[in-house]
Amino acid sequence: MQPGLQAYLTVAGLLFAIGFAGVLLRKNTLIIYMCLELMLSATTLALVAFSRFYGTMDGALFVFFIITVAAAEVAVGLAIIVALYRRRRTVQVDELNYLKH
Amino acid sequence: MTAFLFYFLSALTIVAALFVVFNREAVNSAMCMILALGGVAGMFVLLDAYFLAALQVVVYAGAVMVLFLFIIMLMDTRARRIRVTEMDLVAGIGALLMLTVGAIWLAHKFPAVAEMPEIHPLPSDQVALGYASATKTFGFGLFTRYMLPFQVAGFLLLISMVGVIVLSKKQPAEDDKSDQVRK
Repeated sequence: MQPGLQAYLTVAGLLFAIGFAGVLLRKNTLIIYMCLELMLSATTLALVAFSRFYGTMDGALFVFFIITVAAAEVAVGLAIIVALYRRRRTVQVDELNYLKH
Repeated sequence: MTAFLFYFLSALTIVAALFVVFNREAVNSAMCMILALGGVAGMFVLLDAYFLAALQVVVYAGAVMVLFLFIIMLMDTRARRIRVTEMDLVAGIGALLMLTVGAIWLAHKFPAVAEMPEIHPLPSDQVALGYASATKTFGFGLFTRYMLPFQVAGFLLLISMVGVIVLSKKQPAEDDKSDQVRK
């Protein structure tokens, strides 16, 4: 039996949920960032599946843009994390409570 | 065969994603992340998006994850225990509820689309931007309907390049001093 659209969407949903759980549970900024990338990847999977099953190219082209934006975003985000680390000597979010006090 | 590959790849992706979340070492997480992204690329192949699969491997699993690994190894990230707070629990239950509602909605909304429509490698003239596996289709779409977003994406890359250079420059000394005074 061929996997249908639902099967792909289920995998994408699970992947998104796992990424979300990672964002909530982890305290290391780098791992939080990786989990965000995982969520982005799940949405691209859902978009390509929709695009394939409805026979139009738009979803796939959207994924092209998502990958471009993700690459740019990762570069800037990691630069920010490095700048943060240089100043605070930590990347754990529970220790970055400077605005709190 | 396709069904077996799909289930294999989805299991691989999900397990690798779980390891990303629950691994205590950041480097191991990054390695599992590469595996998960590779699994997603494999599913792109099953969906006849060969160009996107290649792009996913080159850009995500290649460039982005190498960047991540560099930064992880640059910092000292000690392995820590994962602590679950009450807020995490509440948010997790909320997310699970939303996921359940989404799954029920999916099951009602998309029972009809079980078969992949037939496609040809090259785009046909009948449908505007119909799905095709050839890379040419991407070029055609990018230079016709998505011309403006394509240009904006180019500018975005330029901006991010400049932004990274500005961010990773050495901070002025007076900033550091005022910072220490406040501390």
